[in-house]
Amino acid sequence: MKILRWLGGLVIIAIFLYYNFFIFEGPLLLKLINISLFCTLFVLIRVIFGPSPADRIVAVDILGILIIGMVALLGLYYDQNFFMDIALIWALLSFIAALTFAKILEGRQIDE
Amino acid sequence: MNNIQEIVGMIFIILGIAFDFFGVLGLIRLPDVYNRLQAATKCVTFGTAGILFGVFILKGFSVFGFKALLGVAFVFLTSPVAAHAISRAAHRSKIALTPETVIDQYQDDHELKED
Repeated sequence: MKILRWLGGLVIIAIFLYYNFFIFEGPLLLKLINISLFCTLFVLIRVIFGPSPADRIVAVDILGILIIGMVALLGLYYDQNFFMDIALIWALLSFIAALTFAKILEGRQIDE
Repeated sequence: MNNIQEIVGMIFIILGIAFDFFGVLGLIRLPDVYNRLQAATKCVTFGTAGILFGVFILKGFSVFGFKALLGVAFVFLTSPVAAHAISRAAHRSKIALTPETVIDQYQDDHELKED
């Protein structure tokens, strides 16, 4: 059973990398953004099927940090300044959300 | 000069994407909350900082570049604090460790303090 899960994951990653680098035609930056989106899909799997609440909180924190890098790459691709503003605000909001979730998980209230 | 700048920036961005990918693989693969947190937070923090530093090198000393540098500072300051708070809260709310755990010194300290 464990071997089947290993093989399934490896096959999914191999199909994605083959499609991204040999079939998909586009600039290098778009291929890198595709890899970042694929990572986001994995993190979303952990958010949905996480066995404990702490797993979901960790995954949401990681998702925030991943999206900062992805938004910076999108700003580089479209050559617009305001994408970096979105990334900075996302960093601060993700930090506050992670701290608040940790406090609630520990059993305390927010204003304590 | 321009060519070297582009090559170095793209190398930083590709390294950052690779770190992100392997960190997310650790988040999927490892058996425990604490192991997942340890793998994912370090790798993804360093990878995102690498991406932002590559953007700074590509854009040079402009508004975009300085915002990217500010993003590096934010990520390096906020991410370890959030990871520490989450792991402390998870241990205090008694989420089970993996059965292969050898030693748990935080739990030992708590038992000593309660005695």
